[in-house]
Amino acid sequence: MDFDLSDDQRLLTDSVTRLLADQYSFEARKGYVKEARGWSAALWSQFAELGLLGLPFAEEYGGFGGGPVDTMLVMEQFGRALVLEPYVATVVLAGTAIRLAGNADQKQALLPKIAEGGLKLAFAHGERQARYDLTDVMTTATRDGKGWVLDGAKAVVTHGDCAERLVVSARTGGERDDAAGITLFLVDAGAPGVARRGYAVRDEQRAADIALSNVWVADTDVLGEVGAGFPVIERVVEAGIAATAAESVGAMAAMNDLTLEYSRTREQFGKAIGSYQVVQHRLADMFMAMEQGRSMAMLATMSVNEPDPVERARNIAMAKVGVGQAGRYVSQSAVQMHGGIGMTEEYAVGHYFRRCMVIERLFGDPAYWLARLAEDVG
Amino acid sequence: MDLAFTPEEIAFRDEVRAFIRDNLPTDIRDRMRLGHSPRKEDQIRWQRILNKKGWAAHSWPVEHGGPGWSAIQRMIFLQENQVAPAPETLSFNITMIGPVLIQFGTEAQKSRFLARAANLDDWWCQGFSEPGAGSDLAALKTSAKREGDHYIVNGQKIWTSTAHNADWCFVLVRTNPNAAKRQEGISFLLVDMKTPGITVRPIISIDGAHHLNEVFFDNVKVPVDMRVYEENRGWDVAKYLLGNERTGIARLGKSKERVKAAKAMAREVRFNGKPLIEDGSFRQRVAQLEVDMKALEITQYRVVSAYAKQKDGRPDPLSSVLKVKGTELLQATTELAVDVGGPMGMPVWAQELAELNEPDELGEASSAATGSYLFLRAASIYGGTNEIQKNILTKAVLRL
Repeated sequence: MDFDLSDDQRLLTDSVTRLLADQYSFEARKGYVKEARGWSAALWSQFAELGLLGLPFAEEYGGFGGGPVDTMLVMEQFGRALVLEPYVATVVLAGTAIRLAGNADQKQALLPKIAEGGLKLAFAHGERQARYDLTDVMTTATRDGKGWVLDGAKAVVTHGDCAERLVVSARTGGERDDAAGITLFLVDAGAPGVARRGYAVRDEQRAADIALSNVWVADTDVLGEVGAGFPVIERVVEAGIAATAAESVGAMAAMNDLTLEYSRTREQFGKAIGSYQVVQHRLADMFMAMEQGRSMAMLATMSVNEPDPVERARNIAMAKVGVGQAGRYVSQSAVQMHGGIGMTEEYAVGHYFRRCMVIERLFGDPAYWLARLAEDVG
Repeated sequence: MDLAFTPEEIAFRDEVRAFIRDNLPTDIRDRMRLGHSPRKEDQIRWQRILNKKGWAAHSWPVEHGGPGWSAIQRMIFLQENQVAPAPETLSFNITMIGPVLIQFGTEAQKSRFLARAANLDDWWCQGFSEPGAGSDLAALKTSAKREGDHYIVNGQKIWTSTAHNADWCFVLVRTNPNAAKRQEGISFLLVDMKTPGITVRPIISIDGAHHLNEVFFDNVKVPVDMRVYEENRGWDVAKYLLGNERTGIARLGKSKERVKAAKAMAREVRFNGKPLIEDGSFRQRVAQLEVDMKALEITQYRVVSAYAKQKDGRPDPLSSVLKVKGTELLQATTELAVDVGGPMGMPVWAQELAELNEPDELGEASSAATGSYLFLRAASIYGGTNEIQKNILTKAVLRL
């Protein structure tokens, strides 16, 4: 049991923090939102230069050889700055899928390009009817010569609008809701039959609905084994939960800082509102919620590589519930403690609120995971 | 960063678990399992078994009769002991007066009291709170006037847990009523409960049981050599005592044990034509408690791991988080156990049930669960109320 960071990890945190302090003020971010793709291409290049885009990849693929703790450290800072770029989609989600399921050729073709900043991907798994059920896949892939033909639709694919390639799940066997029979494919976003409709999500990040009609994919673009994609999908989602849990913690920390600062300077009835005990205790509650959330983000992070799948899934489900509940409490309290100014678009706190709200809905919300955990109570 | 215990820590946990399994007397374990508070005799018997093994004074260094464990080992031991379930070592002896004497006591005080405290030859109690000094401890009025080799103590303490069992009491008294700051006129005395002039009166708490007392001091003579540390510096001692290694305060093992007991009861009782354990909303409530216990467990690991490395012994503000969240959970888990009992939680378990020819474990456990639910309302009051903990966080972390 050890909660210390290595020197490399401290260095990593420092360099990310410095970059974001220089270039990712809340005002600068407003500019990035207005860029063509809804995020900053210049920042993406700088992430590549810092080595962040290859962080979890092996050195032989141009990566940094980092582990889940490194990702956690970066994501916490991204949460504090409300980073808009498609990091989770490309590096964490698609990156995990390729790392775990890709063959040597696929890794060689894709991972170095991601690390250099020359390739963005998205993880196109969720479907409208599925809500949070990971096995509910109705997109189909049917055999066609030396490839497959995909038909179906993927909903609310994070950063699906800017990705050049998509990791798409489709059913090659089994029935709706079966874990078996799901296969992962690498699909060119520009391939004939792929239609994307991009839009802004509530937190100003981007997503897309993606229709696939009669899309031909070569055998060489099957990711992993045919029909055995589901365990990979679970691992991808677990990595996504851990990364966004850390991001939530960063957002909570930022909200707590903002609220604390506001309570020191905002005066009512002739005194700073932070001098009132009713405000102080709410701040203490927000601090406690954040710290409990931080503990859960650490649990998720340190469970990502846990070899026992039952233990791993259970820890990550518990973390997802805990972080989601903490994020909701801190967000709602932060707006309440600010009063009217917290309701405005121009002030940052509402943006953190919405990021936490979106994260809560990625990969299953607390109610969903609590119900799943309840099934195993014995 | 790594959450896993080392192989040495796992071996230690297994050793502790096996020792408790093999040495905890069955009758004590059965009473604890049914949710009763340990009897005085049970507590003494178990602490002496632990002490023979060298484990009772779990937080003390080797030279004073402790096992010299790391903070992580202490956490493992406390949790295993609570989960067993075994009586907890008497906190007044082990986590309060022992560490205080080791830090501030004279050689004579150490040699007279430490070994006896570890073995529970002396039962200690804590004379801090007064009718006018609860959360505002520094408002205490009990006076001690110096007369030659003695102090003459007059005043009243209240909420004194287990004073009726106690041989000795560590007491905060006012030795200088004219000090510039209230905190500067306080001293820390060790008082023999057999001294003439001491009266102990029971306070029956809402669980119907006798844990609490009022203690009156009427011209009680206390030798000056029973003062710990300097005169008028008792507040420093009290602060040390209250801030000393509070990671045990979460009592997470106790919450885990209560959930386990509630689940066992839920297999026996029925709801909507099937065992309660199969009901979705009940399972969801258990799942939420398990999530909350997990978060607290990791936070506790963080505090313990930081404590193991820091040198200055300052309390980590996160320990206030442990106190608040730990006691909230303890209350929530005992609440769960009461709710599982349903109507069986209403009877006051007493002779009537004991005299039944057939033992009724479910009835006994339900009634005991109600008792501990009622008594543990105190958990968010004692040891600095949870509101005071939030004040501490406000100052220490938020700097407001």
